[in-house]
Amino acid sequence: MTSKKPLWDHDAHSLHDLFCEGAASAEEIVTSHLERIRSADSSVGAFLYVDEAGALEEARRQDRWSAVERRERPLAGVPVALKDNIVAQGMPTTAGSKILGEFRSPYDATVVVKLKQAGAMIVGKTNLDEFAMGSSTEHSALAETRNPWDVSRVPGGSSGGSAAAVAAQMVPLALGSDTGGSIRQPASYCGIVGMKPTYGRVSRYGLIAFASSLDQIGPMTRSIRDARLLYEVIKGADAHDSTALALGEERTVSQGPWRIGVPREYFGEGMEAGVRQVTEAALERLRSMGHELVEISLPHTPYAIAAYYLIAPAEASSNLSRYDGVRYGMRAEGRDLVTMYEKTRDEGFGAEVKRRILLGTHALSAGYYDAYYLTAQKVRTLIRQDFDYAFREVDFIVTPTTPDVAFRRGERDDDPIKMYLGDVYTVTANLAGIPGLSIPAGLADGLPVGLQWLAPRLGDLSLFDAAATLETQLEPMVWPMGVDE
Amino acid sequence: MNQYQVIVGLEVHVELKTATKLFCSCSAAFGGEPNTHTCPVCLGMPGVLPVINQEAIRLATRSALALNCTVRAVSKFDRKQYFYPDLPKAYQISQYDQPLGEYGWVTIRGADGAAKKIGVRRVHVEEDAGKLNHLGQRLGDATGSLVDLNRAGVPLIEIVSDPDLRSAEEARLYLTELRAVLSYLDISDLRMEEGSMRCDANVSLRPADFQGNLEDLPRVEIKNVNSIRNVQRGIEYEVARQRELLAAGERIVKETRGFDDATGKTYSQRSKEEANDYRYFPEPDLPPLVLDPQWIADMKRGLPALPDAIRANLIDRGMPEKDAEVLVLDREAYEYWQQATALFQDERLVTNWMLSDLSRLINARGESFANSRVRPEGLVALLGLIQSGTLSGRMAKEVLEAMFETGQSASQVVKDRGLSQITDASAIQSIVDQVLKDNPAVVQDYLSGKEKALAFLVGQVMKQTRGQAKPDLVNQLLKDSIQKDYAPSQD
Ligand SMILES: [Zn+2]
Repeated sequence: MTSKKPLWDHDAHSLHDLFCEGAASAEEIVTSHLERIRSADSSVGAFLYVDEAGALEEARRQDRWSAVERRERPLAGVPVALKDNIVAQGMPTTAGSKILGEFRSPYDATVVVKLKQAGAMIVGKTNLDEFAMGSSTEHSALAETRNPWDVSRVPGGSSGGSAAAVAAQMVPLALGSDTGGSIRQPASYCGIVGMKPTYGRVSRYGLIAFASSLDQIGPMTRSIRDARLLYEVIKGADAHDSTALALGEERTVSQGPWRIGVPREYFGEGMEAGVRQVTEAALERLRSMGHELVEISLPHTPYAIAAYYLIAPAEASSNLSRYDGVRYGMRAEGRDLVTMYEKTRDEGFGAEVKRRILLGTHALSAGYYDAYYLTAQKVRTLIRQDFDYAFREVDFIVTPTTPDVAFRRGERDDDPIKMYLGDVYTVTANLAGIPGLSIPAGLADGLPVGLQWLAPRLGDLSLFDAAATLETQLEPMVWPMGVDE
Repeated sequence: MNQYQVIVGLEVHVELKTATKLFCSCSAAFGGEPNTHTCPVCLGMPGVLPVINQEAIRLATRSALALNCTVRAVSKFDRKQYFYPDLPKAYQISQYDQPLGEYGWVTIRGADGAAKKIGVRRVHVEEDAGKLNHLGQRLGDATGSLVDLNRAGVPLIEIVSDPDLRSAEEARLYLTELRAVLSYLDISDLRMEEGSMRCDANVSLRPADFQGNLEDLPRVEIKNVNSIRNVQRGIEYEVARQRELLAAGERIVKETRGFDDATGKTYSQRSKEEANDYRYFPEPDLPPLVLDPQWIADMKRGLPALPDAIRANLIDRGMPEKDAEVLVLDREAYEYWQQATALFQDERLVTNWMLSDLSRLINARGESFANSRVRPEGLVALLGLIQSGTLSGRMAKEVLEAMFETGQSASQVVKDRGLSQITDASAIQSIVDQVLKDNPAVVQDYLSGKEKALAFLVGQVMKQTRGQAKPDLVNQLLKDSIQKDYAPSQD
């Protein structure tokens, strides 16, 4: 045998197989990943919390399982990281904010229950923009996360910690959450696979709410097959979440060739040349595979950002009201109740969170509600209809995930609007409730470019299947901090 | 001087009697050690979501239908947002523009007997808040406050009347009737002192020349009054206060006022000039509440007989209106009456005994018809003894009291005390003869036309029989004997 490939260099399928075959113990797998975190994370900063003792204890427990017990659990022997806005019993949860203080959750999120049942070993919690509000992870109040491809650049956000941890091979699987692109955009910037399921496909119970009608938890992985595996584990109806859909029929599509929609509104100004090049090459590859590319129109796209930045902050302003210093988390003492509220929230929340709370509070205020919130909801309906019409004509829609590649840290600090505009290709899927998948399509100037696949509601599995056919046609990814070939 | 019309609208909150809370599976029972009926959901922990309690929707639907409301097949929940330590999420999940029930009414009857329909604008479902216990004597010098979230998330319905009430008395009648209707539905304990029924009163005065929308009148809200009587007192005080202010040329300030039980006065709590903007918006964590119209129809058919129908039925059967009113307003009394009359033909006798002697005993003890030791079968057995002549009315009262005290049956009491009435004429005749012989002057008075003389003689006989003789029998025997032995011969 030639130089043995380190365990952290395997994807989840491979680790699970090694564990089931007895070729690697869970303890060896966890130890390898913990060492990798120790060596790589000092420069990346993906993790806010690593539960070494807990992960090792779980690994030793799993090592006592029989082969049958291992096979029964699809993630047995596989380390997983959680974005730190997903609660796990006994672990700290910060949402990237100071305001939660030393909070430890008394309960498991439904996705965590499902992960544990599937045999996943939870190694820790990853960094994020505070309360998932941001596109660079620079708005975390607690840590800096850097892009493994270029540590002077951001990993994207808000699930930047999860994306960086997966790209730097500290874990094969991580969960993120996506409200306007927060899984797909960092996946694109870090060159990994990230998927936002159909709204309601995955329970939100235990996900710290940002914008309840848009939030979805989804998988972040290095391969499409791993993303599909993780999605299959976490999906499903939940008695704790009234918006989680009962397991309905997943949409199926033929083996192809497919009609693939290319929306003209997504290829306009603002797209970087390198992104355009990689995207067009991928589209050309799809055409050469026999698929029909169809130019389509999603005419209400120009209004999506405006609608999103009214609806999401409105819901956020309400969801974040509970962080008031009364029951848990941080409390700044004040001479009376109102002063305590004001000081706690002033000291506890960062600037971006405050900006959105103000926006949202204003949008819901008497006299402004109709003009802002209600109008935004109407736009949302129109955007949903755009997709309904489009999917009568095409099986999938393919777009770039972002108009740009990972930008330099600090570059957009003073320009929130520019930051918001970066979400232009991703927010529509959240507004419409449809699934979206970002896969790495190539590099532009040495930085990854993501290709986004969209499908109708409940087309989640078909997305993985379709994108996987392209994955095999593309240059295999070389991981930025990977083993030298 | 300007003439004013009293305009009152009431908002009534009723806690629903479900086993669990509205959005989680914690116990909804009253009381408990602080913060023991809690979980991550009702504590507003990060990441939690609400799941609607279907039993609460069932009870709320029954209530709305019983109040003659139209129940929406599709309604929705909204967030009402404000900061307060007893509200864990800093918003209350309520229903704003699509309440469960709308367009209902309650009929009240004034002293003149005239019926008046009071509109029920809406019935909606919402969650209760927790409670604050302030440390210290008064809020002003409290050194801190303890939060108890046992009640947070308990299901409530809010019943909002139209501003149709024109006096404190009408408000009292409305609340009394509303509580009576709800009492037949098994939806709540309806205890105002425990807070399972709470009332806020909106009071304004309309100048005779005011033509605009009633909602535009400056309105004072009296919050959280703990009894129907105090709602009435609070409104009376508030009407007088506002009249005086207006007479003095002053302006009514839109505000919230509390009611002080001891003084009977209302006092300012907070001005509504800087009114709260609750920033209502649709609750994104709950899909719309969709009810099958067939289910709503079934619920309506399944409603029990309600006060209006019961009242009409009782009056039809010849019961005096006043008695019918007393029975209808006390569901336990009415059910007692139903059980008793199912066993006993003479409804009037049942009604009379229930509403006079038994009521008096029950009230004196602070008990109720439901928990009184004299059960309907027991009362009926007693009435049977009266009807058969075994007991006189006076004796029956004594027996009833003993039954009430000891829980014994009527026949047992009668036996123990040797109380049965003498109905055998021959047993009384010798006493009658003796009494007549001992009182010749009285006999003469009677014969000369003084009817009262006979009563004296009856009394004498009753005394010698220790009350056990049947009075009408004694009467008859006396008359017969006087006629036979003392009356001057006709020939
Ligand atoms: Zn609870």
